Order: sequence, then C-alpha cells, then structure tokens
Amino acid sequence: MSDAPETRSRSTSGTLARWCPPVVAMILVVIGLWYVAVVPMNVQDTLTQAERAGVTISPESAVARRDLGNWALVLSNIDALGQSWSLDRPRLPAPHQVVAELYKSTWVEETTGRRGIVKSGSLSNRGLVYHTVVTLNATLLGFLIGSTLGILLAVGIVHSRVMDMSVMPWAIISQTIPIVALAPMIIVVLYSIGVQGLLPKAVISAYLSFFPVVVGMVKGLRSPDGMQMDLMRTYNAAPMTVLTKLRLPASVPYLFASLKIAIAASLVGAIVGELPVQKGGLGARMLAGSYYGQTAQIWAALFLAAGLAALLVWAIGAAERRTLRRMGAKP
Amino acid sequence: MMHVVGAISIWALGFALNLRLANGPAHDTRAVRLAVPLIFGATLLAMWQLIVTGLNVPTVILPPPSQIAATFAANIALLWGDFVQTILKGALAGWVVGCGAAFLTALLVDRYDYLRRGLLPLGNFMAALPIVGTAPILVMWFGFGWQSKAAVVVLMVYFPMLVNTVAGLQETSAMQRDLMRTYAAGWRKTLIKLRLPAALPFIFNGLKITSTLALIGAIVAEFFGSPTQGLGFRISTSIGALDLGLVWSAILVSAITGTLVYGLVSLAERVTTFWHPSQRG
Repeated sequence: MSDAPETRSRSTSGTLARWCPPVVAMILVVIGLWYVAVVPMNVQDTLTQAERAGVTISPESAVARRDLGNWALVLSNIDALGQSWSLDRPRLPAPHQVVAELYKSTWVEETTGRRGIVKSGSLSNRGLVYHTVVTLNATLLGFLIGSTLGILLAVGIVHSRVMDMSVMPWAIISQTIPIVALAPMIIVVLYSIGVQGLLPKAVISAYLSFFPVVVGMVKGLRSPDGMQMDLMRTYNAAPMTVLTKLRLPASVPYLFASLKIAIAASLVGAIVGELPVQKGGLGARMLAGSYYGQTAQIWAALFLAAGLAALLVWAIGAAERRTLRRMGAKP
Repeated sequence: MMHVVGAISIWALGFALNLRLANGPAHDTRAVRLAVPLIFGATLLAMWQLIVTGLNVPTVILPPPSQIAATFAANIALLWGDFVQTILKGALAGWVVGCGAAFLTALLVDRYDYLRRGLLPLGNFMAALPIVGTAPILVMWFGFGWQSKAAVVVLMVYFPMLVNTVAGLQETSAMQRDLMRTYAAGWRKTLIKLRLPAALPFIFNGLKITSTLALIGAIVAEFFGSPTQGLGFRISTSIGALDLGLVWSAILVSAITGTLVYGLVSLAERVTTFWHPSQRG
C-alpha cells in the first residue's frame, strides 16, 4: 500500500509532464489565480465605475457596499464586473496591466518620450531603465566591496587562530540580527556628513553581502582534508603556497554558493537603501508609487527588481559553471 | 587626545591578551572559547566610547555606547511597546502562519511528484527575490496595523521554509524506505516515524533562516506606514528627529531579539535532533 500511490502519481505525472512541463503549469496556475483575485480585490472601484455608467448595483448606496464583503459583492453583481481588469488605479492590477506599464515605462518612454534616450540622448528619469541602472550600480559596487572584504577576512580567519576565535562568533551572531534596520540610519548619517549618491547605498549592500561570503569562504578554505594538507607539508610548502595552490582552488564551489546569496542580499540592501533618500532607484520608485496610489508602477518596479535578481543570480551561476568546468570538475 | 591614546592602548592590551589565550595551552577549553570573543567585543566597545568622546564626534553621527545605554534605560517602556507591536504582533504572527503554510505545502508537494517538479524551481527562484519590495503593496491592502506586517513576513518566510522542508523530506535513503515497506508501514506511518524525523535538521535550518527574515520584513514594512508604534517606526522617526541614541536603542532591541530567537531555535534543535551527527559532540 505504501508505494502504490507514489508509483501511480509518478506514471500519471510522466504523461502529464510530456504535454505540459510542471514549471509551465505552475506559472499558468499562478497567473490564472491572479486574474481571479483581481475581481474581488477591485470590486469596490469596479462597481462605482459601473454605477456612474448607469448600471444598477444591488446595494444602492456606496456606504452599504463598503460594509459588505468583497465576495458577496462579486456574487450579487456578476454582470457589472467587466471593468475589473481595466481600472485606472486598481488595488490589484491584472498581469497584462503590469506588463503594459512595464512596456510603457521602458520602451515607449525611451523611444518616444520627451526625456527619453532617443530625443534627449540620456535615459529618462521618468522611465524604469534609469532607475534600474541606479539600483544596479549600487548593487554591483556594494557586492564588489562586500565580497572582496569578506574573502580577505576569511583568509585572515583561516590563518590566525586569534581572529578565528574572536571574530567568527560575532560574524555568526551578526547573521541573526536584522541588519537592514540599520539602513536608513547609515544613509542619513552619511548624507549629513556630505557623502551621498552611490556610496551610502553601496555601503548597505556591502554590509549585507559581507557575512554570507565570510562564512562560506571560511568553510571553503577549511575544506581540504588532512591527507591533502599532509601532502602540502611533505612538499614543505609555505603557507602562501598552501593558500594559492590548495585552499583557494578548493574553496571555489563554496565561494560561488555564497556569492549567489550575497548578490541577492546586495540587491535587497540597495533597494532598502533607496527608501530614505528619494534620489532615484527601484526602491524610490516603489515608495513613490505607494505615495501616489500608482499600483501598476509599484508592480512594474517589483517585476523589474525580480528580473534583475534572477539575472544577477543566473550570471553568477553561469560564471560558476564555466569556472568549475575549466578547473576540471565533472559537469 | 588622551582618549585616543587610551583607545589604542586598550586595543593593544586586548589583542595581546587574546593572542596569549588563543595560542596558549588552554585554547581548547570552554572558558577560553567564551572569553576570547567577549574580550574582543568589550575592546571594540571601549574603543568606540573613547574615540567618539576623545575626537568629539557629534552625537548625531555616532553616539557613544554609554549614551545609547542611558537612552535605552530611560525608554524601556516605550521600547517595550515597540517590541510588542513589531515582534510579538507582526513578526511572530507572520512567522508562525508562513512557516505553517510552507510546512503543509511541503507535505503536499512531497506527495505529488508533478507538484514538486513544478513548485520547487519556482520556490527556489522566489526565495532569491527581493520580496521586501511587496511591502508597499501589502501595506496598501491591509492597512497600517500589524496585519500588513504579518502579511509581508508570511511572504518572506514562505519560500525559504518550503524549499528547506521539501529538501528535508527527500533526505531518507532507499534502504530506509524499503525497511518501512517491509514493516508494511503506510504513507502516514512512514512520514511520522521516518521522514519527518529525518527532515528535522532541514526544518530547523529553515526556521533559523526565516527568523531573521521575519524580523527584517516586519521592520522594513513599517517604513512604508505604521501606527505610531513599532521598531521600524521608531527608527525612521527618531532619525528624522536626529535622536540617534533612540535609533541605536531600537536596533539594539531587534539585535537582542534576533539573537534570542536564534538561540531558542538552536536549543529546540538540540533537544529534538540529539541523534543527528552534527549535534553529537
């Protein structure tokens, strides 16, 4: 009995998977649920619009409607919901509205807008491309600083027992602290002493990407086993040689694993760092969208941030595969 | 100037002491393992205090630790209110709901291979996304109260927890499953007696990762709108008033909470997975 359902589900999934790959199916399900969710989320505004257009709505007064549940309203006004997916300022925009907003604020803005790159020669500060570049710069600079410092500290920790014993516990404890809470303070303090622009955000990104790299690299640099270390000893290798010929190559898989975490954290740091000072970037764009009720704008910025994160993690993954292949790892 | 000299000499003293302890004969004893990081931390604190007062750094840039401690002590009632609002209401509710939902989904995903192959790549993808970005939307939907913070936390903890639990449920070997089969154990029995215990280390790892994420989510969501209480609200308004002592106190509260929760989860892990190789001294 125990194995029967498992094998059955596997065989059905085999035929199912042939005409519809599971990931595609899941994405379709998510999009479908989203379209359904749009209706109850926007029902209040939709009905107000329909009433203005002359349709009779079942509870007549707007006050009575506000007190009613969203699903009850949907059920009693099934015919008047046509506007749900095309509202001007919906509470939840439909997926195609988000895609339209993305298209409008990237391609259309740059090619036809007055401040777009075609007409003015520089990226439009009302378009998303400009804000993405701002965030990307801070992310990459912070990631570079954070991971470099992290690798250096890890090398120090592996070679010095004092550093290991004194710094490592604090590095682990610092992982349990919500460091992002520091972000607004770092921004404002650096701003008040005259440092502004890219650097304050990069500092937060660096801080967030620093500790995953330290912890991963320490593990990686310690990964050569006793046999390998003994071999280096029989060669009478200096610590520097052991580091470059054995420890660093052995740590590469660990390094890439933690770099993936670090770059995702770095992007979060850059976005949160853009919240207190409104000087461009995807975070600033989200906050502006929430101030002015432009939900489609928030969602577009969110999608772009998600795409950026996926791209960055993919890039590290691609670099990892290439490096490991050149180092002779089996694919 | 005297203060800076004092700071440097304290650093030299602490470093020499740690060097002695770490390379001495007793470096593997428990006391030394505890003492070395404590001395390091205390040295840093003392240097911070002496350099900030010695160089007359304005307190709006970096307040000395003594001032932070004084502000903390003077505002305990206020900070307790923030703690209740952000941690006990927002973060904890969201953490419990999010982890519970992820656990139930993981059981479902584990049962159906098709679901697993569809949801796992998606979950891995979502776990790497900056989900904090949904905070403005959720605050718009659920209002400024703790409910919106809990919603952000649910979204943030759901995917890492799901990925970890599913990985844990896959952890048993074919030999172990065959043994359960020879006992004629059904799916439920196999789950309770074999696969859940085997998944526990992964589940605890997920709980540890998500406890920090929950704190981050609850605090950052308050930057987008909150009642006049809460750690995120305290941080953002105190910065506006340049009351850096209070900002650091709020950060101290969140740091202590994060460390405590991590410690509690580790303790529960040690009690329930005492059989696992990583827990056996």
